[in-house]
Amino acid sequence: MSKKMPETPLLDQLESGPWPSFVTGLKRLATDEGKPYADYMKSLLGQLEKSYVTRKGYWKGGTVGVFGYGAGVIPRFSEVADQFPESSEFHTLRIMPAPGFFYDTKTLRQMCDIWAEHGSGLIALHGQSGDIMLQGARTDQVQPAWDKINEMGFDMGGAGAGVRTAASCIGPARCEQACYDTLKAHRVIINDFTDDIHRPSLPYKMKFKFSGCANDCANATQRADVAILGTWRDDMVVNQEEVKAKVKHLGRKEFINQVIRMCPTQALALNDDDTLDVDNKSCVRCMHCINVCTKALKPGKDRGICILVGGKRTLKIGDLFGSVVIPFMKLENDEDYEKLVELAHNILDFFAENALEHERTGEMIERIGLVNFLEGLGLDLDVNMIAQPRTNSYIRTDGWDDEVRKWNDRKTAAAE
Amino acid sequence: MSQLRRPDECGVPEATQFMHPVLKKNYGQWAYHDRPRPGVLRHVSNSGEQVFTVKAGTQRQMDVYTIRNLCDIADQFCDGYIRFTIRSAVEFMTPDEAKVQPLIDALEKAGYPVGGTGNSVGFISHTQGWLHCDIPGTDASGVVKSLMDELSEEFRNEEMPNRVKITTSCCQINCGGQGDIAINIQHTKPPVINHDLVAGVCERPAVIARCPVAAIRPALVNGKPTLEVDEKKCVCCGACYPPCPPMQINDPQNSKIAIWVGGKHSSTRSKPMFHKLVAAGIPNNAPRWPEAAEIVKSILGAYKKDARAWERMGEWIERIGWPRFFELTGLPFTKYHVDSWRGGRSNLNQSAHLHF
Repeated sequence: MSKKMPETPLLDQLESGPWPSFVTGLKRLATDEGKPYADYMKSLLGQLEKSYVTRKGYWKGGTVGVFGYGAGVIPRFSEVADQFPESSEFHTLRIMPAPGFFYDTKTLRQMCDIWAEHGSGLIALHGQSGDIMLQGARTDQVQPAWDKINEMGFDMGGAGAGVRTAASCIGPARCEQACYDTLKAHRVIINDFTDDIHRPSLPYKMKFKFSGCANDCANATQRADVAILGTWRDDMVVNQEEVKAKVKHLGRKEFINQVIRMCPTQALALNDDDTLDVDNKSCVRCMHCINVCTKALKPGKDRGICILVGGKRTLKIGDLFGSVVIPFMKLENDEDYEKLVELAHNILDFFAENALEHERTGEMIERIGLVNFLEGLGLDLDVNMIAQPRTNSYIRTDGWDDEVRKWNDRKTAAAE
Repeated sequence: MSQLRRPDECGVPEATQFMHPVLKKNYGQWAYHDRPRPGVLRHVSNSGEQVFTVKAGTQRQMDVYTIRNLCDIADQFCDGYIRFTIRSAVEFMTPDEAKVQPLIDALEKAGYPVGGTGNSVGFISHTQGWLHCDIPGTDASGVVKSLMDELSEEFRNEEMPNRVKITTSCCQINCGGQGDIAINIQHTKPPVINHDLVAGVCERPAVIARCPVAAIRPALVNGKPTLEVDEKKCVCCGACYPPCPPMQINDPQNSKIAIWVGGKHSSTRSKPMFHKLVAAGIPNNAPRWPEAAEIVKSILGAYKKDARAWERMGEWIERIGWPRFFELTGLPFTKYHVDSWRGGRSNLNQSAHLHF
């Protein structure tokens, strides 16, 4: 006996138009007779249509988990189970993918087979934080599904007050502008925090994101408590022949409009012979000219990372961007990676001990001040940490001379 | 019940096992890239090897048939390798240029538009909505489908001054993030509290702690411990709803759509920018949200026509000034545009720089 397809006139309107329709996919699952998810999805469609009519959601939370993990499953129970009984439970498993979101078809097919057997057949690739989201499972199927996924070599992602699933840009796998190995950094750090991912115990969530350059293709600056961006210290690499070719191709005027004038620090000048002068001291490594002239310009060779801390979205005190905490740090050999992991742990430990309940890292820094955060972590002050010095005079400066001595000592030590 | 299996806490898997051999071979050795046509990237390595990447839009929430279909295409043209982007577009990679056009044809035939590269409107970044989330005010997936139907040509072509990143979130928590244009829910009424259920299901201290304006306090109603809201102070953010569903914030009429513009994550050219409110009070009109789509298209049209090459939307507005933005888009300016939040003074015009 098969369940009858519900009438979904509002959802049906979302099947027209050139863009692929998720409704069509839901219907395909619902009409896949003989499959365990067919009736399940018919019921889901019914509830979704109801939401479209009433413009309200009808899911509620609860407690569902897998053995050994305190996070990673998003439980969902229906508030209208009486009307849509088959889809009364619709839990989601969050699974961490490989950095850069790479797959082969064998892996994807296997994942589909598992989710077709144990779930609804609906998979989101990927969540905004970077998870594979296996959506729609009954409570009794969560563990078996998870076991099979785990046996494939995948682990569960984060949820709740713990370290969350990370994201990284494609990096050196294909992008010539990557200033460090984003995929390796992602894996090295996250795999050192599996305990904090699977058993949350922090005041609130913490996210890491990895972008190979200032283009920030992983949205790290605004979305991550710890944003790791690639950059360089030495001169930009210029191929003057390619510069001339670009000038010729764009035309001199348009080249000036799109490259010279667009440089935020006016670091670029076009010579009469169509060669490009770069004032590398003025350059802020914003990547714009390199983006326009992909053949002619490249990041410098002395490459590494800078770290910005404190990004988050709106809740409570509004949106925050991360700010510079580490201006430059090499990330090439294993020792460098160990230092990075250690720093990550220090940040997490400080956060765990000093943040209030439900306070994000950025909110904490906002509350205690950047200087105290730096001292707590034992990090040195650097002018690159500010956009401009303070404008408010309400500050006591009685320890000024001591601070001056520290700065000079640090400068002397750096010079040696 | 079966014997429970102890999990293997293996963490993040190694990526190279899933990379196409040409990517693995040239890892960290790429020289430059270009875009032979919209939707296609060509990367050339230091040794001269090249790889072509074809990018296509998806539904993001895909059924197994969709995924298997994409796998078939990957097997046929890309030696069985496939990847997805931060924005949930799908990417196919092959070193064989001769396969690029057939791959494009196959994707278009299967209904996946090829594009999203360069100065195009990218695939809209979005969240769970009515499909799965417990606190949604609207359905992000539906908004995305409706809007991408309208914008698919801009996805296929690269005719914008710069890349356009659009996001949609289904509640004011804004999991979808900010973007050049963000289409988000905006509640207009304080939550309606079902006092009978609060004590049983709500962690009241947590609820109180989440309120950004401290509008929630403990109360006794009908003898039961519960919570009450100072509606005067409430900003209708809905932060109290997830830990305490009895505080119903969603309403078919009073939960509306708001549009924000000028968000920018990158440090390219200018520093990262927050997005700004430009329109609110837009009907949450499922299933096609036409009013929201119209405003989005008008903003995009003005941007496309007026902005300079490489200017992001926020940079464009910064250059021409907000008076001109409202003039070009025809949007009304209201008192709600004026920032009243702590630190919001920096959003006021503290200069004699005027636009007429």
